[in-house]
Amino acid sequence: MRVPTMAEKMANGESPDILFWVGCAGSFDDRAKKITKAIVKILNKCQVDFAVLGTEESCSGDPAKRAGNEFTFQMQAMMNIEVMNAYEVKKIVTACPHCFNTLKNEYPELGGNYEVIHHTQLIQDLINTGKLALEGGETFKGKKITFHDPCYLGRANDVYESPRSLIEKLDAELVEMKRCKTKGLCCGAGGAQMFKEAEKGNKEINIERTEDALETQAEIIATGCPFCNTMMTDGVKNFEKEGAVKVMDVAELIAHAADL
Amino acid sequence: MEIILFAILLSAGVGFFAYNAWKVRYNILLGQDIDRSDRKGERLKTMILVAFGQKKMFSRPIPALLHLALYVAFIITQIELIEIAIDGLSGHHRFFYFKLGGFYTFMISFIEILSVLAFVATLAFLIRRNLLKLPRFTMKELMGWPTKDANLILLMEIVLICCIFSMNGADEVLYSRGGSHVEFAKGHYDFAISSWMGPLFFQNLSIDALHIIERMGWWGHILMVFAFLNYLPYSKHFHILLAFPNTFYSNLEQKGKFTNMESVTNEVKLMLDPNADPYAAPANPEETPKRFGAKDVTDLTWKNLLDAYTCTECGRCSSSCPANVTGKLLSPRKIMMDTRDRLVEVGENYRKHGKGYDDGKSLIGDYITEEELWACTSCNACVQECPVNIDPLSIIVDLRRYLVMEESKVPSELTGMLTNIENNGAPWQFAQTERLNWANED
Repeated sequence: MRVPTMAEKMANGESPDILFWVGCAGSFDDRAKKITKAIVKILNKCQVDFAVLGTEESCSGDPAKRAGNEFTFQMQAMMNIEVMNAYEVKKIVTACPHCFNTLKNEYPELGGNYEVIHHTQLIQDLINTGKLALEGGETFKGKKITFHDPCYLGRANDVYESPRSLIEKLDAELVEMKRCKTKGLCCGAGGAQMFKEAEKGNKEINIERTEDALETQAEIIATGCPFCNTMMTDGVKNFEKEGAVKVMDVAELIAHAADL
Repeated sequence: MEIILFAILLSAGVGFFAYNAWKVRYNILLGQDIDRSDRKGERLKTMILVAFGQKKMFSRPIPALLHLALYVAFIITQIELIEIAIDGLSGHHRFFYFKLGGFYTFMISFIEILSVLAFVATLAFLIRRNLLKLPRFTMKELMGWPTKDANLILLMEIVLICCIFSMNGADEVLYSRGGSHVEFAKGHYDFAISSWMGPLFFQNLSIDALHIIERMGWWGHILMVFAFLNYLPYSKHFHILLAFPNTFYSNLEQKGKFTNMESVTNEVKLMLDPNADPYAAPANPEETPKRFGAKDVTDLTWKNLLDAYTCTECGRCSSSCPANVTGKLLSPRKIMMDTRDRLVEVGENYRKHGKGYDDGKSLIGDYITEEELWACTSCNACVQECPVNIDPLSIIVDLRRYLVMEESKVPSELTGMLTNIENNGAPWQFAQTERLNWANED
């Protein structure tokens, strides 16, 4: 696994095509780190000229902004923008829809103008241009897979098709939940909820959503967000189904299929 | 005599509506400024698709079709209203009948058929609300006045439709006996419904009785229209007019994009600029905001306030809200209703006691609780679902901003998360220097 940093690239006088924004979950959360590595393997395999910020990366500020703390958000954003502009970053790929949304939509007004894509969009492009072949690895042929739409990818940014097209490329049977795409139900983590207990109610949101997913009889719940992944994994555990139903990021499915 | 009475009624009806509409406009303009004057073409397109074309209604096809019947009947009946106004002021009878000929028969027939559909739709809506008790119509915030308001509107619609048919039906029988009006000889209107419904109900009545029924229908119709018009500003039903400007001024950005607070940007730039003079007077003192975020309705934007008046309390937002469906206190519909109710109160206060009058109450606390605000996952389902492009999320966020930045009222776990971001650049307690450790782990 080769993970070049922007600093190394710059020292060699190189300017990579794309910055891989790992995000806090992708850097620190044990489950999300696996997704990060799956993406790096795909990037390595396809010889994508990329780099990470490494220790120069800092929280995008999304949870602060959603929690109403605009000061903390803008401090984070401006520091990140300063770093990225110094490296003359043009294009960013990220595995976190929250970072994706903030970098893409909220950084421009603070002086950070980049082309930002979600990792499912990049992988779709790699497959479509023939750089990545899904062969030699685990086969998903005929397996039932359902996709849980992350709110900040779907409704917030209208990306519904890229992750689905990848699942279809696996020859798997994509089964939709009753609430999907524009009507997809949140996993319960957004808006800084990930970092606090839920308010009093009669049910946890991730349980409600996991019920939707289990209803499809899918063997795999695919998603494209580290926080959705946590919430759905917890939900599946709650129903004691972790033996029968796996929660996986689309990038992991692709990496497995390509034997990476 | 009838003409004078009608003229008085017309001017009173329109005048009183204009006065109330002015009050609503005054209230909406109490909001903060926000620029929605750009991209006119795209705005027009949004309005035509979403308001005029009912695009978003059709994500739930059955209510959409029922609503469409009412909506089209309402729009097309406006043509008949023009005739009623002309007849009322000039003393003519069915002014357009001889002028339009066959097209008149077609037009009134069309109105009649739509009125029947609208009647069915209204009944269905009453049943859905009162007998089937759909969950979104029985939520807490609809108890009391909002439910009465909804039923009253539906009943008014039924009366209105009955008036149309008694008017046309009785007139049909009168015409067939040559007793309709001095300008009319013996004949038939041949309207689609009243041509058979009229004789069915009224065949055995005398000419005098028929005249009374026809007049009752005519006056009842126009009285209902005036009553309806003037009821609108007091009711959730204002959406029939405000849906158009509200969709025109829609947020055209990606839904995930929250507004940038420029006042904060200036301060953050100062903090990050080593050459900045921290004691310098602000370049533009007038632009310094009163407060960060929103405590009361006047801190919200005029678009938020227009949203509040446009809301017809259908509850699609709340029935799709993850917090609401799992039993939390938050209901996006209630956020909109609270905003409107508070705005009406503030507007009354300002007009009575002078602009800026402080009654010691505010939207946060007296109407919306912190518990509701913190239950939001910012998932945008409410924004997506609203058939008239209302944005409850932007109000929730502005209220949160006030709580956090002005009052430091943050749930304790979030305080930890925010401190971590400030100290080590991640919501959890991991050092920034460890950010690349994953690359060296198996």
